Amino acid sequence: MSPWEKQTLREAIMENSIYLDEARDPLIIAEGWMKDGKDVAIATVVETWGSAPRPVGSHLVIDADGNFHGSVSGGCVEGAVVTEAIDVIGSGKAKMLEFGVADETAWQVGLSCGGRIKVYVERLG
Amino acid sequence: MDPYALKTLNAERRARRAAILVTDLGDGRDRIVREGDQVAGDLGAAIAKAFRTGNSGSVEAEGRTFFLNAHLPQPRLVVIGAVHISQALAPMAKIAGYPVEIVDPRTAFATPDRFPDVALHAEWPQDVLSRQPLDGYTALAAVTHDPKIDDFALKAALDANCFYVGALGSRKTHAKRVERLLALGATADQIARIHAPIGLDIGAASPAEIAVAILAQTIDAFRSRGLESKGAAA
Repeated sequence: MSPWEKQTLREAIMENSIYLDEARDPLIIAEGWMKDGKDVAIATVVETWGSAPRPVGSHLVIDADGNFHGSVSGGCVEGAVVTEAIDVIGSGKAKMLEFGVADETAWQVGLSCGGRIKVYVERLG
Repeated sequence: MDPYALKTLNAERRARRAAILVTDLGDGRDRIVREGDQVAGDLGAAIAKAFRTGNSGSVEAEGRTFFLNAHLPQPRLVVIGAVHISQALAPMAKIAGYPVEIVDPRTAFATPDRFPDVALHAEWPQDVLSRQPLDGYTALAAVTHDPKIDDFALKAALDANCFYVGALGSRKTHAKRVERLLALGATADQIARIHAPIGLDIGAASPAEIAVAILAQTIDAFRSRGLESKGAAA
């Protein structure tokens, strides 16, 4: 087995753990924050078009101080989602965000890969 | 998101049970649906499909838009027998997305040297399975050819409703196995779920080819979960 094959195999094994990775799992972290009395928002990828880096169902969880875990895009739009999420925590009103190269306003935080994604941001509780 | 829904969802995920979070994107209300819960209409059909495929997505039903976030446990494959077939099966299955554990009390077979990078237990299935119980998202392949090792694991797999149960051996060997499993208290319906001779019929001859046949049958069983009883509805 070549070093590359070994690396690929190792990554496949890491990604497919049969147990939840409690320290990194966004929904477990959100529950922990909630128990600590923090205000929390949950962002979820609900639709993708073209080459989107994270699949539908992926989560980013955010607390009122802007701490976050997980991902909705692999780093491209997380900053913008965190800003919106703090807003959602304040207002309690859920938002549907859309990012992609077709959207002029989203261009600055858009997906460089050319895809588009829709992210639903809601407050926990 | 409803805090109770989040707690319920995380509890299901920790217990390796499938659950879907259904969110009404219009008013934000959500609820958890567990596998086997009855949901009527178009929404119910979409939920059933999401349980089978594991794919999340939006669905229009009852004049509303719902988002279904499907949380399926990671499927895994437990192989009883650290034999030649298992040496080929372990890396193949892992790459296909089915992490493997190998159980064989025969220490001459179950050596890290023969099975690098695999979870390997040189113990009796009784001991391993009492620590890490089988479940509906686990497949079990018994390939030792030795009733002393295979039989207990097969009975346990049937009782745990493993999504796939396969056993190596000819039809003649299997006929004797059926007698033994009946004596262990397995029902005829349970025993009918065992794939024996093991593997899809692709004329596999070498150990590696048999491994391909077992893996293909495992994937087939996983992707057609719940279809047997419903006459293969779409």
